[in-house]
Amino acid sequence: MNFLQHDVPLSWYLLLSAILFSLGVVGFLIKRNLITVFMSIELMLNAVNLSFVTFAYQWHEVRGQIFVFFVMMVAAAEAAVGLAIIIAVFRARSTLAVDRIDLMKL
Amino acid sequence: MHLILFFLFAGFCLAGAINLLLQTHPINSALSLIVVMTSLAVLYLLLGAEFLAIAQIIVYSGAVMVLFTFVVMLLNAGREERTLGSRAASRVGFPAVVVLFAVLATIVLHVQGLGAAHLGEGLSNAPGQSNLVLLSQVLFHELLLPFEVTSILILIAILGAVALAHVEGSKMGRSERTAEK
Repeated sequence: MNFLQHDVPLSWYLLLSAILFSLGVVGFLIKRNLITVFMSIELMLNAVNLSFVTFAYQWHEVRGQIFVFFVMMVAAAEAAVGLAIIIAVFRARSTLAVDRIDLMKL
Repeated sequence: MHLILFFLFAGFCLAGAINLLLQTHPINSALSLIVVMTSLAVLYLLLGAEFLAIAQIIVYSGAVMVLFTFVVMLLNAGREERTLGSRAASRVGFPAVVVLFAVLATIVLHVQGLGAAHLGEGLSNAPGQSNLVLLSQVLFHELLLPFEVTSILILIAILGAVALAHVEGSKMGRSERTAEK
């Protein structure tokens, strides 16, 4: 079985990462729910992490993986603060639709 | 084997991401995001990043997504309204996304010297050395200060989350509170 021994070109991983990132941007633009918009941001972060891991593999550089580790840390902090902001916005406006949240004052 | 695993989990990834866009209910989007993140963990494993694969599952598909589903349920987020969105999003946004993807794909396909991924190969050149050893050597020697600063960041994030989501004087209504000021 020659098929089983095939290696995957690293550019495919990078291409997958580019596709995921673009899908995240599309989600950011078309979704009308605050939480789903936030999920699209997480999707973009994950796509960038994949390309970091790919480059770390290519150049045998462990700092690429450490960068992903730090991105995960910051993303976890960002998710906690972002969701708290969403709860505060919901409490003030009683809606999650981004079209309705268009004034800075209460 | 590698090719099959790559196609399987890249397919899961793309299907999850597209499903995230198509679903109108936030809880379905959250569940498809979990699929995306877990399949990304398998792809990390294929690229020899065992520690990151486990961290991805624990931190992202575990902690972060539990937080997301918790907020979706707490706020009782229903089906989203299908508005057409702003005109800027459709007229400028989508062509811009297409251009962005084209640029990214061209750059990616023109990166020089990219090899292929072999299954079971890590970062280390020495055989038998786990890349967890390499990673912790660099992380806890050279990058100790950024690592500790990250813990302070997490602490501040916790405090910020509590301060933002906390209701002061829950007995009073909003109008009374503003009247007092």
